Amino acid sequence: MARGMSMPRGGKHGMKGGPRQKAKKGTLPRLLKMLFSLNKGYLIATGICLLIASITGVANSIFLQHILTLINQGVQNGLDAVWANLVTLFIIMGVVYATCLICNFLQTRLMAVITQKFLHQVRTSVFDKMQSLPIKYFDTHLTGDIMSSYTNDTDALRQLVSQSIPSLFSSLISIITLLIIMFSKSLWLSLVIFLGVAFMTLVTKVIGGNSAKYFIKQQISLGEEEGFIQEMIQGQKVIKVFCHEEQAKLDFDKKNDKLCKDATSAHKFANVLMPIMGNIGNILYVLLAFVGALLIALNVPNVSFSGLEYDPTAFLIITISFLPISKQFTGNVSQSSQQINAIVMGLAGASRLFDIMDEQTEQDDGYVTLVRCNIDQDGTITETEERTGHWAWKHPHKADGTITYTELKGDIQMFDVDFGYVPEKIVLKNVTLYANPGQKIAFVGATGAGKTTITNLINRFYDIADGKIRYDGININKIKKADLRRSLGIVLQDTNLFTGTVMDNIRYGRLSATDEECIEAAKLAYAHDFIMRLPDGYNTMLTADGANLSQGQRQLLSIARAAVKDAPVMILDEATSSIDTRTEALVQKGTDRLMQGRTVFVIAHRLSTVQNSDVIMVLEQGNIIERGTHDELIEKKGKYYQLYTGAFELE
Amino acid sequence: MRKQKEKSGLGFIASSKTLFRSVREYKKASILSPLFVAMEVVLECLIPWIMSLLLEALNYLSGQLEQEKLSVIVQKILYLLDANGQPALINTILAFGLILIVCASLSLLCGFLSGKYCAIASSGFAKNLRKDMYYKIQDFSFSNIDKFSSSSLVTRMTTDVTNVEMSYMMIIRTAVRSPFMLIFSLVMSFLINSQMALIFLCTTPILAIGLILIMKKAIPFFNRIFKKYDKLNESVEENIKGMRVVKSYVREDYEKEKFAKASSNVKDDFTKAEKIVALNTPLMNFCAYGGLIAIYIFGSLLIIKSQQTLLKWTELQSFMSYSFQMLMSLMMLSMILVTILISTASIKRIAEVLNEKSALTSPENAVTEIKDGSVEFKDVCFKYSENAEFYALKDVNVKIESGQTIGIIGSTGSSKTSLVNLIPRLYDASKGQVLVGGLDVKDYDLTALRNSVAVVLQKNVLFSGTIRENMKWGDKNATDEEIMHALSLAQIDNFSLDKHIEQGGANVSGGQKQRLCIARALLKKPKILILDDSTSAVDTKTDALIRKSFREYIPETTKIIIAQRIASVQDADNILIMDNGKIIASGTHEQLLSSNEIYQELYYSQNSSQANYKQLTNNAKHKEGAQNG
Repeated sequence: MARGMSMPRGGKHGMKGGPRQKAKKGTLPRLLKMLFSLNKGYLIATGICLLIASITGVANSIFLQHILTLINQGVQNGLDAVWANLVTLFIIMGVVYATCLICNFLQTRLMAVITQKFLHQVRTSVFDKMQSLPIKYFDTHLTGDIMSSYTNDTDALRQLVSQSIPSLFSSLISIITLLIIMFSKSLWLSLVIFLGVAFMTLVTKVIGGNSAKYFIKQQISLGEEEGFIQEMIQGQKVIKVFCHEEQAKLDFDKKNDKLCKDATSAHKFANVLMPIMGNIGNILYVLLAFVGALLIALNVPNVSFSGLEYDPTAFLIITISFLPISKQFTGNVSQSSQQINAIVMGLAGASRLFDIMDEQTEQDDGYVTLVRCNIDQDGTITETEERTGHWAWKHPHKADGTITYTELKGDIQMFDVDFGYVPEKIVLKNVTLYANPGQKIAFVGATGAGKTTITNLINRFYDIADGKIRYDGININKIKKADLRRSLGIVLQDTNLFTGTVMDNIRYGRLSATDEECIEAAKLAYAHDFIMRLPDGYNTMLTADGANLSQGQRQLLSIARAAVKDAPVMILDEATSSIDTRTEALVQKGTDRLMQGRTVFVIAHRLSTVQNSDVIMVLEQGNIIERGTHDELIEKKGKYYQLYTGAFELE
Repeated sequence: MRKQKEKSGLGFIASSKTLFRSVREYKKASILSPLFVAMEVVLECLIPWIMSLLLEALNYLSGQLEQEKLSVIVQKILYLLDANGQPALINTILAFGLILIVCASLSLLCGFLSGKYCAIASSGFAKNLRKDMYYKIQDFSFSNIDKFSSSSLVTRMTTDVTNVEMSYMMIIRTAVRSPFMLIFSLVMSFLINSQMALIFLCTTPILAIGLILIMKKAIPFFNRIFKKYDKLNESVEENIKGMRVVKSYVREDYEKEKFAKASSNVKDDFTKAEKIVALNTPLMNFCAYGGLIAIYIFGSLLIIKSQQTLLKWTELQSFMSYSFQMLMSLMMLSMILVTILISTASIKRIAEVLNEKSALTSPENAVTEIKDGSVEFKDVCFKYSENAEFYALKDVNVKIESGQTIGIIGSTGSSKTSLVNLIPRLYDASKGQVLVGGLDVKDYDLTALRNSVAVVLQKNVLFSGTIRENMKWGDKNATDEEIMHALSLAQIDNFSLDKHIEQGGANVSGGQKQRLCIARALLKKPKILILDDSTSAVDTKTDALIRKSFREYIPETTKIIIAQRIASVQDADNILIMDNGKIIASGTHEQLLSSNEIYQELYYSQNSSQANYKQLTNNAKHKEGAQNG
């Protein structure tokens, strides 16, 4: 049974945010490529805006130097001497900043559009991909892990695309621009800033590294604690019944204290990074003034790409104009350092999303399709669009280009089927069976005996070698999966209802079903009574997998859902396990009426459920060990007899 | 009904007060953190000002500024340094440089300490919150747990606490830093030049109003989006879990379409909201650049016209610093507000748990000794909540003698579980009395009562750990022998006590889990043992053997067995048939079989199985007899 082989469960809840692998190589180029292919025009426009905004953003240091020079001249020669120049400068400033603002405005708005469009694209392509993945994928991946792609990974990606990448790009441009300005002003002062930045990088590396280390530790503790809380609170009623409260408190305190310790360390490092970086910036700011002043005092000539300067006032002005440069430079560096975490996480998220997009889709080489048809009295079948109540398999033959039609009857045969979910562990051995149209076939056996596996092969949730299973004489591997499944009505072991009204959930079986048909199906499944007792009857909203219904009621609904589908072959996998025996008998009456003349596979734990089957197959470790009617098997006094008399436990 | 609940729920302030009670030993750190932040801000704001003094001194010493124009403080410092001429230049620089470096280093230290204390305080606060909630939940009665539902309690203890932790971190640090920075920068700039500082009185309100407008517009948007986004994710989760259904019904394309529509809907709303928020940056820059140009225009005019008496050109840079600091702190403030607003829901949800009063408590002078295992229901009515319309139990009257075996049978939803839950006082009867050992259950000490009444719940849970650890829930001091004995009574002696059970008992079969739970309950050596459909996955033969061992080894214990299978109850002293919250019939198997229609129907739907079973047990008895003979 597929459920039994899913990956280790339990204890891992809440580990969603836990330590995860790094991004694969090539993630960033692929991400950028995807972004570009989606919004080339928008993206280029955003890039240009960002470029202009970043460059104009650092222009202040140039303006400052000019304005201070002009003011100085003004102080000495009067306002009129410099007024014209000042006004020109102000106008230039106004124009530059207005440009910057416009670019800023455009860039942020464009980015909002691009990000959301991109995320929508990523979400839908992951979802579309997911719909086409084989069941095996869902067996081997925890729901929480897959969900985390839609939540955590997409959020990380959003952060990366909308903030980190633009911010990094902007910082890079600002830093380059600032470098050019710095070198054109003063070599000495530039060196001071360089020294400071080198130191800042070092600090980031040490503190950031420690912070990351403790964050991982904290995530692990958090996962453990959340797992513990989940287990304990879900078992809270047992705790009460056993008066186990005090012990539960003690156990909790241990885990909680550990989490607190790790969280404190992690946050400590994260919290101190900003003040340290900011204050190193401040120290650098001070150092710059100090060095500048010292150079002036010692009459050291200023060296820059624009030449040597001896004028102390000019140098003082340069020093002053260096101060905002230093602020901006260190600001950009620390801003980039803060993005590192987000970038690593975003890329790791992108990498996982790409992994899903790269998964192998469910293979389907089928070409036989299911069509509505008319059947003449002489048995000739003609395809039609109308609803005739008859269906046929449309079988195109590649060799001679002809098309043959076979009536859909529900005849299923299996020949010597061997199967294992993983190659090392064979679940089914040599299974051969014939189900004639209209027969009710039952599977009985212990958990893991392979009952559900057989039905999983019939609806091709899993594939086996060619030709081993035939449906109305057709090799099922040749039938298109969608058409094959359309011909099967399945009520699964785990009832899954969807958010929506009761009516919506029944109609899920056949989207074209009318309200009357849905109600008719509900009556058949004996669900009508309880539905009418719900607050809004058929319009009652079901949420969270029908949490407001009992397991038995959910099973009745999923039987109604299958009934409305009205398929020629029905598979009932423990469909009535949570329904009391009296109600079950009533449900059975309904389904038996529905399934008159159709093939039914029944899997049940309760033997009373399968008693009236045409054939009962007893499975043990993947082998069919007994087969026959109830009476025959009782007569035989074999395993079935033992099971029936209670001498043998099913699970 | 939900709306009413929200209305009657606690206000934000009251909720916050409840939460603050959990700060406790982290009060010191919670105070130190903002204190150090304040000091950091003061120092940080002093730096640009001292810088301007240094530049002014330099300007003077390099002969560019007349002595009479020097500010008083610079004159004093220069006087102290005795630096009226060129030779003192280096001294001046060194002195100022030293002051500045000391300021910056102190600021670094304060920032560091504040970060450290902030981490201690917020992590500790979160720890205490979790602890208080957990302890509180331990005191919850069943009806309290039902009210919240366990999954909601888990979310409250995890996600909600994390949200509150984040905002607490912001409140004791950033939320102190930003307004302080704003005010102090403003004060400093007024000190330097009040005329120039008026510029800030223009730019900051513009930014503040702009930010408020943006937030006001964006927050409801985001609230709506988050809900939609959550719904989207919920539907994805539903889809993943129901993948087999989706594939069985070939609904892949339908689901894709549905998802694409929902996702696109989220996208549109998100884009609109983000476009609004995207105005933040240009708005901030508008104020920053506008302020900058204003500083330049008015500054240069003022400097030139006043010939540096009112404002010196060396002071311009400090104005710029203050201007940026103020605007930045406003931006931060708006971000903090958003974070806190997001966490208000979490704050309320946590406070709800902390303020919940346990519906059941032991009375004063509680009786701690339970005389015997007799049970009596006197006119008992019960509903799960006060507001519920329907009574789960209606006028139940039944008397059970100590040591009897009672079977309870009835269809799903007939309130069998509700009935037995009243015996260990997991819930209180709404009307009437439940007596155990001749006394009202409300008179007993809860622990004593529950230690005497063992319930094997329908949804029984094993916990991760060894079998021995799980068994010790029944009796802390149980020896290995005692545990083995209990296991053998429950017909499950083929396990090692050291076998590890995974969470929820995922690695044992349903039947094994049920039998382990029975063994655990037996270890309590209860006066009353209640099995709530606890052998449904056990085969009939083992089921019979378990009941046989009950008869033989715990004859004085009252046994109450709820079952679906007639076989599980047919040898009981009395069988109660329940329907719709009432006991509609009672009697022995033979009596009911001859008189009760429902019982007959049930019996015949399982009948031939029973007949065979009887035959089998008869055979077994014969065999036993033969062996004994």
